[in-house]
Amino acid sequence: MTDHSVQIKDLDLHFGAVKVLQKLNLDIRDGEFLVLLGSSGCGKSTLLNCIAGLLEPTDGQIFIKGENVTWKEPSERGIGMVFQSYALYPQMTVEGNLSFGLKNARVPKDEIRRRVDRAAEILQIEPLLKRKPGALSGGQRQRVAIGRALVRDVDVFLFDEPLSNLDAKLRADLRVELKRLHHQLTNTMIYVTHDQVEAMTLADRIAIMKGGLIMQLDTPDVIYNKPVNKYVADFIGSPSMNFVDGTLSGGTFTAGELTMRTDRYEFASSGGKDGPAIAGIRPEHIVTGELAANAPATMEVKAELVEPMGSDTLVWSRMNGEPFRIRMDGHLPVKDGETLTIGIDPARASLFDTATEERL
Amino acid sequence: MADIGMLNTTKAAEEPIHGMIDGPRGARPKRAFSRRNIALYGVLIIVAIYYLLPLYVMIVTSLKTMPEIRIGNVFSLPREITFEPWIKAWAEACTGVNCDGLSRGFWNSVRILIPSVIISISIACISGYTLSKWKFKGSEVFFTILLMGAFIPYQVMLYPVVIILREIGGFMTDIWQGTCGIFTSAEGSCRGRIQLFGSVWGLVLVHTIFGMPILVLLFRNYFSSIPDELFKAARVDGAGFWQILFRIMLPMSLPILVVAIILQVTGIWNDFLFGVVYTRAEQYPMTVQLNNIVNSVQGIKEYNVNMAATMLTGLVPLCIYFVSGKLFVRGIAAGAVKG
Repeated sequence: MTDHSVQIKDLDLHFGAVKVLQKLNLDIRDGEFLVLLGSSGCGKSTLLNCIAGLLEPTDGQIFIKGENVTWKEPSERGIGMVFQSYALYPQMTVEGNLSFGLKNARVPKDEIRRRVDRAAEILQIEPLLKRKPGALSGGQRQRVAIGRALVRDVDVFLFDEPLSNLDAKLRADLRVELKRLHHQLTNTMIYVTHDQVEAMTLADRIAIMKGGLIMQLDTPDVIYNKPVNKYVADFIGSPSMNFVDGTLSGGTFTAGELTMRTDRYEFASSGGKDGPAIAGIRPEHIVTGELAANAPATMEVKAELVEPMGSDTLVWSRMNGEPFRIRMDGHLPVKDGETLTIGIDPARASLFDTATEERL
Repeated sequence: MADIGMLNTTKAAEEPIHGMIDGPRGARPKRAFSRRNIALYGVLIIVAIYYLLPLYVMIVTSLKTMPEIRIGNVFSLPREITFEPWIKAWAEACTGVNCDGLSRGFWNSVRILIPSVIISISIACISGYTLSKWKFKGSEVFFTILLMGAFIPYQVMLYPVVIILREIGGFMTDIWQGTCGIFTSAEGSCRGRIQLFGSVWGLVLVHTIFGMPILVLLFRNYFSSIPDELFKAARVDGAGFWQILFRIMLPMSLPILVVAIILQVTGIWNDFLFGVVYTRAEQYPMTVQLNNIVNSVQGIKEYNVNMAATMLTGLVPLCIYFVSGKLFVRGIAAGAVKG
């Protein structure tokens, strides 16, 4: 057995002239929870379908547990898949849905019984076994769909936006349950979503995709704090990151009224060349009030619009004429039109090259 | 962050309003005899009478004796109900030399109908399933060509089909005689000819092929409306081409099966043109025989027998519609969604 659960080597997929995936490489460790994150049309679902064997790649190889499965049928790959629309067989009972795959694989009857019972116990759907999918709620349906993958004793679970059809509260509940399930089963899981909260909370590693390429593959922590380029920085975080155009010269970043020493900033290996640069500052990393006075870089901005959200307050302001967002603690009083002193810590900011948009 | 509902409640508590102000309140009243209703139901009733009157005349006439018909009151109820015309139409009416009534045509029609319906629907169902869920290179082109078949008038194809049936029959006879002794050992067993043109099986073949465009369209569109994810889930569960069709797709397609059965049963039962062209007198379907009875020029015209014969012929499609009307509408609606 290898340490790698799923390996994708130079995967290409073209639909006619459209290149959906391009020379994509991905190594997923055994027992890892990997999230494929990206906006719609970035190829994340396509990649998942390729791993499942539901789409034929134009070129490249796919290995599962060290075995080349590129030409294998979906059912022979040791994968289970959960779909966004649940895709339960409407005319079968929950029990029938769970056992359909096992019957196809000619598993003995008592073994089917045992596995269905175990899955039902794990997912707490025992009372529903005799019901048809039509008589279940959305959350229950999704549990049955997960159970269908569970009974087949697969190495890898594939999730294609499984929570997108549920309402917000149920989504949060099921998200926690999924995480618990992963701890309990310790299978490899590959999870496709466009929801960054799901990605940040569930993933061991996140792969951010754009245009059929993986932009960054790393732990949620690194992706949030050290995005490799401006796209990733913009995509992760809500409200999204502020970008300030300026110049970097002699270790100081200047943009209009803002001056920032970069002594505390960790430059990437390429180093901090002088020239035009973009500073990315997360709204939640900006401090105000007394804390601002002690911050390495300070300036004054005017609060144009205040959006109170209870736990925190989002302040819209302007820096060098561009919109600038600040997230403040909910109990700090702010009014429209007030002038705020803000403080920025360069260590928590990100600097990008203006031309390449890569991290400096 | 107060919503409208909460604001209203708060406001109501602050300044309570006692009682209601005069004016419209609750649902708007509707009058039963509005101008709109009279026009609508009036037109509906007139149209219904227009369509039902011929049926009434037929039933009434078929239950009268000939002397009573000669009196000439078409709309009057029969003074004395007789089932004699029905019996005569079924068992005694003459067409040419045969005098065994419509019953022969009825059984011919049944023998044509059952294999045609089963074969055409089976093939169309599998084709529609393949064209929607197992798309192959050129499947769309194939489907387009198939659809064009629906727009070619039957008259154009009548004679070519005669030749095709004759040639296929000849070809199959050649094979039959060429392989003589391989499959059968009995002496003289391979002397017969295989005759497709002028036989029931030739007509079955014609009905099957001519039903294909519309049926495949029906099934393909219905299966297209079944989500792809369901199909993918079944593939992950290890189901193959036939298992997905029989275990997943078919149990979900009752409405469209009913539509297909109704279309085919009524279409084939009511067919006159193919029946008269591709069969001989002994195998004429019921419609052709009905025509021969009603249009015979010899002897007196027995209106009551003609009416009864027509009613008998129309009975099968009529029953089908009555039994399955609801399912038919549901299926049509379901199949019409996606193109």
